[in-house]
Amino acid sequence: MKERLQSIKQEAITEIEAADTQKSLQDVRVQFLGKKGKITEVLKGMGKLSKEERPVIGQLANEVRDQITESIEEKAALLEKQAIEEQLKAETIDVTLPGRPTHTGGPHILMKTIRDIEDLFIGMGYEVAEGPEVETDYYNFEALNLPKGHPARDMQDSLYITEELLMRTHTSPVQARTLNAHEGRGPVKIICPGKVYRRDTDDATHSHQFTQIEGLYVDEHITMSDLKGTLNVLAKHLFGEDREIRLRPSFFPFTEPSVEMDISCKVCNGDGCSVCKHTGWIEILGAGLVHPNVLEMAGFDSKKYTGFAFGMGPERIAMLKYGIEDIRHFYTNDVRFLKQFHQV
Amino acid sequence: MLVSINWLKEYVDIEGIPTGELAEAITKTGVEVDGIHGPILNDDKIVVGYVEACEQHPNADKLNLCQVNVGEEELAQIVCGAPNVAQGQYVVVARPGARLPGGLKIKKAKLRGEASEGMICSLQELGVDEKFVPDHQKDGIFVFDEEVQIGEPACPLLNLNDQVLELDLTPNRADCLNMVGMAYEVAAIYNKELQLPSPAVTKADESSKDYIAVRIENKEMNPYYGAWIIKDLEVKSSPLWLRNRLISAGIRPINNLVDITNYVLLEYGQPLHAFDYDRFGSKEVVTRPAHEGETMTTLDGKERTLQPEHLLITNGEKPHALAGVMGGQDSEVQDDTTTILLEAAYFDPRTVRKASSQHNLRSEASARFEKGVDLARVKEAAMRAAELYEELAGGTILGEMVEEGSTDREPVQITFERHEINERIGTELSIDQMNDILERLRLPYEQQGEQYTVTPPSRRNDLRILEDMVEEFARLYGYDHIPYTLPTGQSNKGGLTKRQRLTREVHAYLQKTGLNEALTYSLTTEEKSKHFVSPEIQTDQEAVKLMMPMTDLHSHLRLSAIPELLSSLQYNVARNQYNLGFYELGSVYLPNAGEDVLPKEELRVAAAITGIWENHPWQGEKKPVDFFVLKGILEGLFEHFLKSPVDFEKASLAGLHPGRTALLKIDGETIGYIGQLHPTVQKDHDLDETYVFDVNLKKVFDYVDKTPDYEAITKYPAVSQDLAFVVNAEIAAKEIEATIYEQGQPYLKDIRIFDVYQGEHMEEGKKSIAFNLTFQNNERTLKDEEVDEARERIIEKVKEAFSAEFRG
Repeated sequence: MKERLQSIKQEAITEIEAADTQKSLQDVRVQFLGKKGKITEVLKGMGKLSKEERPVIGQLANEVRDQITESIEEKAALLEKQAIEEQLKAETIDVTLPGRPTHTGGPHILMKTIRDIEDLFIGMGYEVAEGPEVETDYYNFEALNLPKGHPARDMQDSLYITEELLMRTHTSPVQARTLNAHEGRGPVKIICPGKVYRRDTDDATHSHQFTQIEGLYVDEHITMSDLKGTLNVLAKHLFGEDREIRLRPSFFPFTEPSVEMDISCKVCNGDGCSVCKHTGWIEILGAGLVHPNVLEMAGFDSKKYTGFAFGMGPERIAMLKYGIEDIRHFYTNDVRFLKQFHQV
Repeated sequence: MLVSINWLKEYVDIEGIPTGELAEAITKTGVEVDGIHGPILNDDKIVVGYVEACEQHPNADKLNLCQVNVGEEELAQIVCGAPNVAQGQYVVVARPGARLPGGLKIKKAKLRGEASEGMICSLQELGVDEKFVPDHQKDGIFVFDEEVQIGEPACPLLNLNDQVLELDLTPNRADCLNMVGMAYEVAAIYNKELQLPSPAVTKADESSKDYIAVRIENKEMNPYYGAWIIKDLEVKSSPLWLRNRLISAGIRPINNLVDITNYVLLEYGQPLHAFDYDRFGSKEVVTRPAHEGETMTTLDGKERTLQPEHLLITNGEKPHALAGVMGGQDSEVQDDTTTILLEAAYFDPRTVRKASSQHNLRSEASARFEKGVDLARVKEAAMRAAELYEELAGGTILGEMVEEGSTDREPVQITFERHEINERIGTELSIDQMNDILERLRLPYEQQGEQYTVTPPSRRNDLRILEDMVEEFARLYGYDHIPYTLPTGQSNKGGLTKRQRLTREVHAYLQKTGLNEALTYSLTTEEKSKHFVSPEIQTDQEAVKLMMPMTDLHSHLRLSAIPELLSSLQYNVARNQYNLGFYELGSVYLPNAGEDVLPKEELRVAAAITGIWENHPWQGEKKPVDFFVLKGILEGLFEHFLKSPVDFEKASLAGLHPGRTALLKIDGETIGYIGQLHPTVQKDHDLDETYVFDVNLKKVFDYVDKTPDYEAITKYPAVSQDLAFVVNAEIAAKEIEATIYEQGQPYLKDIRIFDVYQGEHMEEGKKSIAFNLTFQNNERTLKDEEVDEARERIIEKVKEAFSAEFRG
């Protein structure tokens, strides 16, 4: 019996070693340890043994069974490990292949520029005000101190619809409308973005349609220095902390005094180059203190209230910031153009 | 406006100030300097020479051998090819070592065997613009027609060393449209003395009154007119200094009689006109509004048809000038003119502006009259001209000028207190500082304590109100010195309105779905304005159109962004960009009843997509856009904003595929459409399958409800059931779904269509459609019978209502 057990053990070990799949290993288990397995057979034959032999053989049989079980488990672990390794190998991919594209659209660079400016001023307590793109002659001109026959109406040849209606030539009528709505009570703090239209032939630097964004702050005790401080915040926000600004006198019928704001040229840092026409400065926007006629026409007491206003062209700002060379790009919608600014 | 530095130096001492610095100071203080021109040439090796002898070159027919005195001991021999060179001429010689504007360096040379020590120059060779070169010198060298010092540097004589500032004047600073005004400005900036001309003439005993009378018919159009007779004139070339100055200002010298009026115009800003008295044809100047339809021929040879809003200078019968704009041909100064009628007048700026703009005649004169000339300077300018006629043309000035009307002006006084200025600028200017600024500006003022009264002279007609004075103080004090502050008023909350916030959300959502924001023009063609207009927009009226469009491309206001978006797609496809998804959010313009009523501007969002939507080439995925891609985008948008469902109702619209178009409706109200372009429209635009939508955002926003209806998450399990039916192909899934939903209550929570099949193994004209239903009771676990009952109800009803066959 002893010999039989030993040979079963040997046989089992050989077969375990030979098993190369979970399935064949399972067969080995059934063959040796199953209900009809070889060990069981031995144990069944124990009845024929003597009393003395029985415990000895019994113990030996248990030992052999434990050893076989242990070997099978070891082998099973090994096979499982191999199986996982094979799976991993089989599942290996080329991680350098391109990923599945997600749909990525994006904003138009002009709208992005406008929103950026809106958000800056919203942070300073301004509201966003909008108005119609087709305007009355009154709001587009007269309420802004540009009576009929005023020479400055020349400066912005207009697209009229009737004698009294026109495509607005600037976003300033929104200022007049908002002031009117406030019925002579300040403060008025608004930022007004929108489309405007001029009688221009489209070329690299002109567009019959473009955008503007204006700001207006009317309250008691508003000063030129407040305007300067506000524009300084704006200029640094748009063009970087290291830009300097300068104001110089200009003329707009709806502000007095009127100024234009330049920023120091970022290409040459003020030394003079072709971008700044060798002046070291680049013109960015027009501004001024709201003309008392504009305040009075809107029902504000110009002795009590003062205010500042400023206005700029997002096209110009984007063109300067990114070196865009042709204003028509903004309205052609060439995807190769649009997509370049999605990450901005 | 061009300002010669050499000329300016006559009036104000700016010696030693670099021109660049001067330009920056002028720019920062009041008038933008757009550019600095010159110097053209400033080379000491270019000198005056005297041609002592001139003979033909021994070896060349067309060359001359000149012996030229250049102020040195020995004469210089120079070979010169100019046809007009001759003995006895004062000429410009470029000596060896000189460099001419074209870069040519002068060297000693041998020309056809003869030594040549330099070059006798033409004006063009010296860098003078051809248009300023007198005709008789165009093909030859320049010859001085007055005596000059031999050996003297020639560049300053010809003003080639000058620098010229180009000013970009704003309309309010008409005072700087002349040299005297610029001198005031520069003197104020640098706090310098002013040396202005004080003209005077010898008046003959004979009186101008014997020759001319003046009558003004309309004092509003012509407040003042002065006429002065000057006799014994000799027409000739103006002296070099005067020619130089005109050239520096960009005006071509003609002859002394014409040049003098131009010179005074530049110096004083007062346009003058010289009529040939002998050709004037009467002894009376009558200024009057033109008769309707009256005609006259102006100096440029064109016949002008006039209207009563134009002012004429006449001899009592026929017009001789369109006032302030241009003279007439008949009384033009000519080479044989000996007597002139000098006009010095003030014309109403609006009258001149109307005439110049209607006849498209912008001249140096009209530009000044339009902005208003200085009333106080009209007579002085006439005096200055008379002085020059006497000096440069041998003229005899006949007595006093004959005058009509007045140059008086309503005096302006601006009264303010010191704090009113400081409060507006944000400074603390002292009385001393303010007085200093007023004195530098030469503005007459009275100061008593804190109180100021300024009486601006007529040359500063732009100064009218307190704010004008604020500007004067601010700019002279210097904007650079004003502090940076921020307003310290009451605080506002600021921010966006609800509509603005929602609009931003629409942008963000659409961009997230993969669409690119596009911007197109609001003004489109008449043809495009008629297409793709959503049916809820009343289309019985034509789109709003411009009175005088610049081009037919932009004549009508859009009623939909789709036509222009399609043009954008086409533009891209033509550039090999085939996979495109655009949206545009903006106004369309609905015509309103009534001539002068503003159009109604309606906020809409439109989109257009074409090409491949799903694309992952190496995994073999490539799916073109279809109706359901764009519908999915819209459904997501509505789901984001609305609780009420938006119905997609099959429709047929012009320009769209009749089988693939739907109207969008909320509560039965149309808010837009979605569809595929009609194949013929696609072909016209060179597009593959293209899908569009156009939605009234305003309407969507009206229905916005974003408050969540919170429901606790139930712990009771849901039961899922699948049902499939075969129905006629044209039955809309939505209808079956509605029936199922109705029958499935109260526990049917959700229905999903998970399969639609039509084709092989399916009877012609039929389709199979499979639904996945989810039942749930939040209070307890559903019983099997409850679900089974609902399932039976649904099957029976669908079979009955749609003649459907239940498949399982």
